[in-house]
Amino acid sequence: MREIAYYPGCSLKDTAKGFEDSAISVSKDLGIELKELPRWNCCGTVYSLTDDNLMKQVGPIRNLVRARDQGYDSLYTLCSMCDNTLKRSNRLVKKDEDKLSKINNFMDQEEDYEGEIEVKHYLELLRDELGWQEIKAKVKEPLEGIKVAPYYGCMLTRPKEIGLDDPHKPSILDELITSLGGIPVDFPYESECCGSYNTVDKKEVVLGKTQTITGGANKAGADLIITACPLCHFNLDSRQAELLEVAPSHHPVPVIYFTQLMAVAFGDIDVSGFEKHAIDPEPGLNLDNTVVSKR
Amino acid sequence: MSEENGSETVEIFIMGKKYEVPKGLTIMKAMEYSGYQYIRGVGCRGGFCGACATIYRLEGDYKLHTDLACQTTVQDGMYLTQLPFTPAGRENYDLEELEVSNNSLLDLYPELARCVSCNTCTKTCPQDLEVMDFVNEAIRGNIKEVAELSFDCIQCGLCAARCPAEIPHHHVAQLARRIYGKYQAPDSEHLEKRVEEIDAGQFDEELDELVNLSKEDLKERYENREIEA
Ligand code: SF4
Ligand code: SF4
Ligand code: FES
Repeated sequence: MREIAYYPGCSLKDTAKGFEDSAISVSKDLGIELKELPRWNCCGTVYSLTDDNLMKQVGPIRNLVRARDQGYDSLYTLCSMCDNTLKRSNRLVKKDEDKLSKINNFMDQEEDYEGEIEVKHYLELLRDELGWQEIKAKVKEPLEGIKVAPYYGCMLTRPKEIGLDDPHKPSILDELITSLGGIPVDFPYESECCGSYNTVDKKEVVLGKTQTITGGANKAGADLIITACPLCHFNLDSRQAELLEVAPSHHPVPVIYFTQLMAVAFGDIDVSGFEKHAIDPEPGLNLDNTVVSKR
Repeated sequence: MSEENGSETVEIFIMGKKYEVPKGLTIMKAMEYSGYQYIRGVGCRGGFCGACATIYRLEGDYKLHTDLACQTTVQDGMYLTQLPFTPAGRENYDLEELEVSNNSLLDLYPELARCVSCNTCTKTCPQDLEVMDFVNEAIRGNIKEVAELSFDCIQCGLCAARCPAEIPHHHVAQLARRIYGKYQAPDSEHLEKRVEEIDAGQFDEELDELVNLSKEDLKERYENREIEA
């Protein structure tokens, strides 16, 4: 088993537990152990654009310091928001010595951070270190005939300095779907913002976005949508269920994490965590007549 | 450091005023030695009640130190003041009525989400608790972890006084321990048994006897009490 340093972030310990469980499980199949950092703090959630307020950079950098102190040189993320925040803070201090030294002076109980850590998303591990062939080789239940809409959202690919793919034409999730034996559907809202934190106090904005995105996926023939973001998931899944109450003609499209899709294809169905989803993913996955029958 | 009446002394500054006090005194004793009388800001004198929060700086050191006045000995060149109370909002809740979920702490204390992980609270805590870690556990909704990590909190309030995110750590942690104790901790059978015995009046006689003792007899009993090792 190869060990990699893993930063879960707060959501994966709570609302997005199914994301973490499925990731741990498919990693095992791939010969990889996700070693959670023994201590970590919130990533900051949203990268602070007032980047002269260095107080907001302390949290993300502290996580990198902790990974470094564990002897790692890379830190892997699953949540695309954590990924985005950690990568951008890391980039900020790597290219600005003054800011880095200010942060180091403030954190006077830790050894100085010198940019030793590279932050990587789990998808980068799949594509760049393992390769799609490796993924293909682990598939036991190919997603034959299942049409999956890859939903990238904002955080995985933007800004392009830290994005893991071309922000205008990302393909990494498409490639994953193909490797799992499914059919990636092209749909125009793959990088449309889900409304993000407006979900807290401007729910109607998010309901509109959810209708556009999931409606678009449905039009493109998708059986389900995959995401790497717990907030996108909440907005597209839970809010979609609310949308159905006000717009009964809306055709529901289940939304799952990309690692859950992998878990299904790898035959690890017991870790999928689908019972927590507002829109039941099982019909979209044809689970009733394929994998489920073997449970 | 100098000599006064043949014993070593140190120079300290209480709220900016200079005093010479015998070496080895606690901050609390040194203040009393200097003529201050504690009316508030003192309780157990044993490091347990958290009433005697103190902040100080040492000459030539940029750090603002925090400690308990009853536990910390004075040092030469100490500039200090007491902080007997830290205003920190404690929410009203009824533990009996509380709907317990992972979000219970965040619902009542949404300011938790303002934490920037600066670690100031941890550096401040005179009990050496991992305060930042329990704040992070609170954000993640891990009530048990908050309760365990904060178990030795004595509610001195120093962390809350220094937090840039204005989080009332000790109140959050107290809520977590209450929820954990009431709803989540495994029941302890011997405790329940003892409560039943008490309810059944098994100890009434002994208690009445104690209550009716004269002060002298009570003193004698106290002095000759058996202490479990
Ligand atoms: S956690 Fe805060 S209130 Fe509790 S003992 Fe430490 S500094 Fe005092
Ligand atoms: S002092 Fe406040 S902001 Fe800083 S780590 Fe502690 S709780 Fe977070
Ligand atoms: S007086 Fe109680 S802790 Fe100092």
